[in-house]
Formats: sequence, structure tokens, C-alpha cells
Amino acid sequence: MRAIATVWRKEVRENLRDRRTLLSALIFGPLFGPLILAASLQFLVHRTADEADRRLEIAVRHAERAPNLIAFLEARNVIVTRVTLDDEATRRAVQARTWPLVLAIPEEFGTRLAAARPAALQLYSDASGSRSDHGVARTKLLVAQYGASIGRLRVLARGVDPLLTTPFVVQDIDVSTPQSRSVTVLGMLSYLVLLAMILGGLYLAIDATAGERERHSLEPLLTTPVPREHLIYGKILAAATFMLLSLALTVIACAVALRYVALENFGMTARLDAGVVVRIILATAPLSLAAAGLLTVVASFTHSYREAQTWLGVVMLVPTLPLVFVGLADWQPSLGLMAVPSLGQHFLITALLRGDAITPAQVLVSVTASLALGVALAWLAGRLYRRESLLG
Amino acid sequence: MIRAEQLTKSFDGIEAVRGVSLQAEDGAITGLLGPNGAGKSTTLRMLCTVLTPDAGDAWIDGAHAVREPLEARRRLGVLTHDSGLYPHLSARENILYFAELHGMPRAARTRRADELIEWLEMGAFAARRAKGYSQGQRIKTALARALVHSPRNVLLDEPTNGLDVMAVRNLRVLLRRLRDAGHCVLFSTHVMQEVSALCDTVIVLAHGQVAAQGSPDELRELTGCDSLEDAFVALIGTAEGLG
Repeated sequence: MRAIATVWRKEVRENLRDRRTLLSALIFGPLFGPLILAASLQFLVHRTADEADRRLEIAVRHAERAPNLIAFLEARNVIVTRVTLDDEATRRAVQARTWPLVLAIPEEFGTRLAAARPAALQLYSDASGSRSDHGVARTKLLVAQYGASIGRLRVLARGVDPLLTTPFVVQDIDVSTPQSRSVTVLGMLSYLVLLAMILGGLYLAIDATAGERERHSLEPLLTTPVPREHLIYGKILAAATFMLLSLALTVIACAVALRYVALENFGMTARLDAGVVVRIILATAPLSLAAAGLLTVVASFTHSYREAQTWLGVVMLVPTLPLVFVGLADWQPSLGLMAVPSLGQHFLITALLRGDAITPAQVLVSVTASLALGVALAWLAGRLYRRESLLG
Repeated sequence: MIRAEQLTKSFDGIEAVRGVSLQAEDGAITGLLGPNGAGKSTTLRMLCTVLTPDAGDAWIDGAHAVREPLEARRRLGVLTHDSGLYPHLSARENILYFAELHGMPRAARTRRADELIEWLEMGAFAARRAKGYSQGQRIKTALARALVHSPRNVLLDEPTNGLDVMAVRNLRVLLRRLRDAGHCVLFSTHVMQEVSALCDTVIVLAHGQVAAQGSPDELRELTGCDSLEDAFVALIGTAEGLG
């Protein structure tokens, strides 16, 4: 047991002197993580704000065939540009984004309208462009509003109460709070935090295993009267320590960075005060043992620093995979999912950011499952260190 | 005292060591001489418990290398083929780390490190980080690390590799001093001069087997050769692979 502490102390001390380990633990994650977060949030906030404020622009073919409709649109702050294009030229213009939205009014529009028959209108748009959806929806809504007003006049002219044609009215009630709205955007915070944490221990995990073998310091180490698994336990704990260090710094740095993002403009607030910061760190910490164990087990199979780097660059993404799925599948936190390491941490971080209630059972399941995986991986690493092929 | 009986070891079906028995006495320097690939390193690695023999036994002062590896390691100081220092630690820290792994109390660790640094004349560089040490400085540090727990038995795998003439002479002096202090010194080499200059007993290994065992004089007598080099060639049956 004492030897584990000895190995841990030596690995921590040695790696505090190693520039590469220090950079990855103290600079890359804690500095670039929050920067990426703040920059992308800022971008998103600005873009969403732009979108809502921008005036709708529509190009209209044969505007002279529907002067009242055009007047209606213009009265609702739409910029209408009159164009003369044939069908082919219109499609090209929409594709080329010269005119992202083109409304075409057919020749028989006026006569059908006068005869109270449904009159067709063509709206050209390119659904593969991400920004056009919004414009299409707004255009359809405006045209429908105009149509509805004509419809009401028609039934009124026939002596019928227009309310009869309106059986339903749907009212939108948005219960999201500024905090819960911001979570969809802040979902990436848990991803960044986990990634930065793992990166913090990456180089120590490589150095303590593949690096030690490459420097030929492993063999002398194996001639000391210490069980081999104790050596690896000390190394895993040292990697976990650097991960914890990186985790704490990253969360604190994120909290600081978010102060400078104008989330309020977007009707959002990020709940990242000191109490939440501490709780996020505590909720994520149990995962560090499993992450350190995973990296060490994989690095134990490699023969050189370079090979380890190649493998671990991919493996370090494994713990973040469940977070990708949760985004796609829209999973809700349940006790079962809490038991999935890294997913449990994601749910806990998200709940803390939203200010949602967390049950002790959820915390217990997440912590226990993560620690159990960590112990299992450490045991496996210990087994691997007893192999002779370790020396290569 | 180091004793081995019928040690055997194969790697992927290739027999590296085939039934090696040997004995290295206290207060004597024993040389393990053989061409490259004769099984010297593998034999030493089994003796220092890093490798487990497929068959056979080895004892370090009566501690069985396979059944009580931790006991055996406590009685052994090992200088491996590569010095393998930690580049970010100083020589002193490298030594203290091993002292701690050997479970020595703090006061004893510092005292012993000071003692070794003085004995090996490492004062000029002991506080500097090991990155950038000369080969001689590296060997000295690794030797100090191997001797930190005052083991009775010392194993050295080709210790003179890469050393210049002066460093080799220094190392010889050190090994003689260890012998005179009553230690059992066992080292492997493929350099003839080392053997004639140092060894009380020579064990000639060829093709994973002991070809001969005895003092340098006995070997010359045995083969009827005047020089140890001729005796060596006669014993391994070929001049191939001589360093």
C-alpha cells in the first residue's frame, strides 16, 4: 500500500516537471475549452438574434396579378421585389441564393379568386439551405393570414358567422425558463468538461506506461520488491489526479468565461455560481478513475510513446460517445441511465445547470457505477502488468 | 550467493535458455561470458525475477526467485541493460525513489543516498536532472539506485556497454570494492578484457547452455589455449558473434 503512494508521488512530481503533461492538464482543457464554449455561444446568440430581427425578403413574379396580396405583405414589413423570370430561371436563382424565396403568381390567379375557387400560388425555396426554413414558414403564415381574411369576408357575405369556420384556437404556452432554455445550448458544456478532464491525464497515462517502457526504466522498476499491480495502481491514481486538476480548472474557467457571453440577450441565464461549480466538479470527479483506468489499460498494450498517442487519441473520445447519443435520442435521466458512466455525469451536470432537483439515489447510482468501473479497469490494468510480454 | 538449477526459457517456441545451472559465490566476481544471443540477458532476467522460467529453479541467498519473488528482489541489486533513469528527476531523486520502493525509512534513505553519492563520486551532478547525463553519469546513478538497499547480491547486465576507457576503469574499481566488501557480483559481458581483468569465476554461455565454468586459468588449462580469447572460441566452437 505504501508503495502505491510512493509511485503516485513520484509520477505526480515528475509530470509536474514535464511541459507536455502540464500543457495538456493545465492549459489546453482549462483554456481552450471555455474559449470554444464562449465563442460558439456568442456566435449562436448573435445569429438567433439576427434571424428574429431580419426583415423577410421575397421576390415576386407577376406581382401585378395580385396587387392586394402584395399590399398586404408590404404592410407587414415584408420587402417585396418584383422580378420577371421564367420557371427555369427562378429555380436557378433560388439555388444560387440570388433570390432565396420566390413567390410566383399564376395567370389565372385573379379569375379563380373572383370565382371563389382555390387559387394556387408557387413558393420556390431551397430546403437544403438552413436559413430558408424560417422564411418559408413566415411567408406561408402571412399568405394564410391573408387567405383567412378573404375567407371570413366570403362567409360573412353569405350571411354566416365567420366564427363558425374557426373551430379551434391553439394558444402557445412556453413553460421554459431562461435557465432551461440555455441548457440546450449549454449541453456542450458537459461534453467539454469531460473531454478536458480526460485530456488532463492523457500524457501521464502514456508516460507512465508506454513512456516508461520506451525509456527502459520499467525493468529496473520491476526489480524492486513491490507487487507489479501496486506499481500500476499508483500510476492510475496519478493520472486520475491530473484529470481532477484539469476538471476543476476547466469548470472554473467555464464559469468565468460564461460571464462574458451576452446570454441575457437571448433570454437565458447560466446558473454557474460557486456552489454549482463545486457540485459539478464533485459530480464528475468519480469518472476520473474509470477514465484513467481506461487510458492505462489501452496504453499497456502499446509498445512506444507514439503508438500509445495514436491509440489514446481515439480512445479518449470513448467516454464522450454516450453524450453524442443522448443528444440524438433525447434520453431523459432515469436511474438506469444514471448507471452509465459519463452519461450519469452528463445528466447531473445538466440538472445542476438547469437548477433541477436531483435525488440522492441518482447521485448514488452514478457515483457507484463510475467508481465500480474504475476499480474494474484498475484491476484489469494490474492483471495486464503481470504479463511478461509487458517488457516487449 | 546466487544459484540456478536447469533454468529454461523459450520465446514463441524458440529456446533462448536451455537448462542453465550456475552458482555465483559471495566475495567473488562471476562473469557470464557469451556471444550475442547466447542467452545471457534472459538468464539474468530470470535471476532477477523479471522473467519467469519455463522450468528450473533459482535462489538468491536461499529465497526462491519464482515462489518468493519479493524476498528474492530484496536481496538483489540489479543494473539492467539500459540504465533507464527518469529524465525529469535528479540523480538523487532517482536513487531516493528506489529507496522508498524498497520500504526504507526516510532517515535511512537520505543517509544511504548521501553515502552512495559520495562513494560513487556523483556530487558534481547528483542535484541536476538526469536529462543530458553522460553515459558514465547514467551508469553511476543506475548503480547507486541498484545498491541503495545494500543488497548482498549484485546483478549487472553488460555494465560496460557504451562507456569510455576511464569510465570502464572506474567501474572495475567499483566492482572490486563490492567484492572485497563481501558481495556476490554477477555480471554478463561479451567483452573478453572485462573477464580477464575482473572475474574470479567465468561461466561461458553458448546457444542457451553452459559451455564451461571455472576460473580464467582453469578455462585456459581446460582448452589448452594460451589466451582466454582462444579458449573462448574453442569453448563456443565458433568465432561467430564475438564482440
